[in-house]
Amino acid sequence: MKLTGAQALIKSLEMQGVDVMFGLPGGAILPVYDPIIDSSIRHILVRHEQGAGHMAEGYAMVTGKPGVAMVTSGPGATNIVTPLANAYMDSTPLIVVSGQVATGSIGTDAFQECDITGVTMGITKHNWLIKDVQDIPRVVAAAFHVATTGRPGPVLIDLPKDISNAPMEWYWPSSVGELDLPGYHPVTFGDPVLVGQAAELISAATRPVLYVGGGVLKARAADALRVLAERTGIPVVTTLMARGAFPDSHPQALGMPGMHGHYTAVTAMQQSDLLVSLGARFDDRVTGKISAFAPGAKIIHVDIDPAELGKVRVPDVGIAGDCRLVIEELLLALGDQPVLQDLAPWWRQIREWQERFPLHYADADGGAIKPQNVVEQLRDAASEDTIVVAGVGQHQMWASQYWNFEHPYTWVNSGGAGTMGFAVPAAIGAKVGRPERTVWAIDGDGCFQMTAQELVTASAEQIPVKIAILNNAYLGMVRQWQEMFYEERYSEVYLSPDLPDYVKWAEAMGCVGIRAETPEDVGPAIEKANSIDDRPVVVDFRTDAFEKVFPMVAAGSSNDDIVVHPDLHAGS
Amino acid sequence: MTPAELTSLAGGKGASPRHHILSVLVENKAGVLARVAGLFSRRGFNIYSLAVAPTDEDEHFSRITIVVDVESAPLEQVIMQLDKLINVVSIGELSPAEAVERELMLVTVAVGPTERSQVIQLVGVFGGEVVSVGADRVTVMLAGRPEKIDDFEGLLEHYTVVELQRTGRVALPKLDRH
Repeated sequence: MKLTGAQALIKSLEMQGVDVMFGLPGGAILPVYDPIIDSSIRHILVRHEQGAGHMAEGYAMVTGKPGVAMVTSGPGATNIVTPLANAYMDSTPLIVVSGQVATGSIGTDAFQECDITGVTMGITKHNWLIKDVQDIPRVVAAAFHVATTGRPGPVLIDLPKDISNAPMEWYWPSSVGELDLPGYHPVTFGDPVLVGQAAELISAATRPVLYVGGGVLKARAADALRVLAERTGIPVVTTLMARGAFPDSHPQALGMPGMHGHYTAVTAMQQSDLLVSLGARFDDRVTGKISAFAPGAKIIHVDIDPAELGKVRVPDVGIAGDCRLVIEELLLALGDQPVLQDLAPWWRQIREWQERFPLHYADADGGAIKPQNVVEQLRDAASEDTIVVAGVGQHQMWASQYWNFEHPYTWVNSGGAGTMGFAVPAAIGAKVGRPERTVWAIDGDGCFQMTAQELVTASAEQIPVKIAILNNAYLGMVRQWQEMFYEERYSEVYLSPDLPDYVKWAEAMGCVGIRAETPEDVGPAIEKANSIDDRPVVVDFRTDAFEKVFPMVAAGSSNDDIVVHPDLHAGS
Repeated sequence: MTPAELTSLAGGKGASPRHHILSVLVENKAGVLARVAGLFSRRGFNIYSLAVAPTDEDEHFSRITIVVDVESAPLEQVIMQLDKLINVVSIGELSPAEAVERELMLVTVAVGPTERSQVIQLVGVFGGEVVSVGADRVTVMLAGRPEKIDDFEGLLEHYTVVELQRTGRVALPKLDRH
């Protein structure tokens, strides 16, 4: 069967089971947009290429399937660099197809030319510049294989315009062996000897903690984790990337560790004698000052990426392998009734911390809306399977702290890269992937302004997401740092509560706009927003600008120096 | 050879016992060298020298020989990160004591009538070769163990070196005699 390169590309995506893609056409990618008309793939036309990338990420994070985005060359491609970097940091399977100028023009500074494979080399798991039309099916199949196996990640396929137009003879690779990836052998099972050593360490520990990272979600290992936790009785912390991997309501759940983590989660890790790290990577936002992190703890580090073992902290037992498979091996090694140390004293200590240092904020007391309270009310009005999406900053921390995550894949946020503006497009992508679920984006006013135009996409494509703006009129996290570490010298952080007018802006984009100005407005605003399911809703919550995120470990400090809300100290 | 001598073997210009040699087999595809070099710069690993050439007749694969500063990062970490590159097929780690290393140098020296014969004589002692002769300068070539080239280069300090080019070392494992 003779096809053009463009037809072969779309057919390859169909062969991979792609049902939706996000993109925006332009000159160099024009040939590929023609066969889209006849394709079974739904194409969602974004308003900015960054939106396409984050939508594909949101889609991938809730479905487990790779997200696909398509852009043109030059600025189209550079506009999706941020989503690629974001997906690389958070190990999200993302496939980006970019148009490129014709092969004969490459290197001549042609119109809308950019060396996007060069630009994205360091922020993709791999990328390909296709120079032979006959390579298209093989490269697409290889791209999906690389993006979704091992440690997942973003890939980019750069497709010159003349290659799209060239004729080719259709084929489809029938096995991984045909993908021409001689250097790619992702690990799966853990070394049984090392698993045995890990089981011994677990049996000997008196103050163990299961340190659960995003890799557990990537490996679809939440069920296995729960069995491991319940069979051993070990407390569980879930990192920002792992929220939902273990139910927050579970008695063994200690919540989130890290810079703005729960006091008990942070302190239990600090004082533990064994950290069992499952798909986590000892990120600086979790460890604080690394030399002072969990000084008395032995480390079992399970990660599918061998390079993570010892990158930050040298483990006592490092196991390269898929988290689900390794947890299952570990369960076998431990046996049905594992012989463990008595963890009761450890749990007594943990319960004492939980009692003394719960999450806390001061009531509004007639003043401005407390952002934490908005999250609590949103949570209380939502079903357990609601998907929560956040941008980056104070609102993100409050969302992670105050929401109760009961199920995996209900939390979508930008962790490693910290990409402001992530929430709106990621929420749209999540809703496309899980149309039957309610999707609430909890966003900041600063973040919202970066990518809000994608609500036009949501309205046009009838994707009814809900956006809660915690509008404190500031770049709040930066404001918090300036207050705490720069003697309240506020530099370039004020945004204004009503410029833009978020309600009018929402309405102009085809959404319903709602405003909540006092604590009494919050409940009715949420109720109204939840009653609308035929179009996107934006709620402008005017929140207390002086509210800070607690607990907090200052950057570069030891986790021992965690600062809790001042009220808690007054009472102790 | 004593351990001390082995240690000193690993030394020489731009290489000390803190260095290790990685012999990296890569797919011979466009941009692979950029991926390897980019990884080193991105992760803050230092390279002392790097040599690359196709390694099989079909030119499907190339071998990159990298001398790495293991002070800048643990060798394990460098290897693991390199191994993540899709185009990297395999990585051999060669400690200097277990490797056969060679390097090539071309050097042009300005010479007067008396110096010309001195330089040519020196090249002969070191087993090098005169590859080009001009009116007032000679270009010589020397291939051998890097430390031998260091010695030769040191002796050239008494002359006026116009241009000097070293290839960086290539290496393969020493063979087992048993």
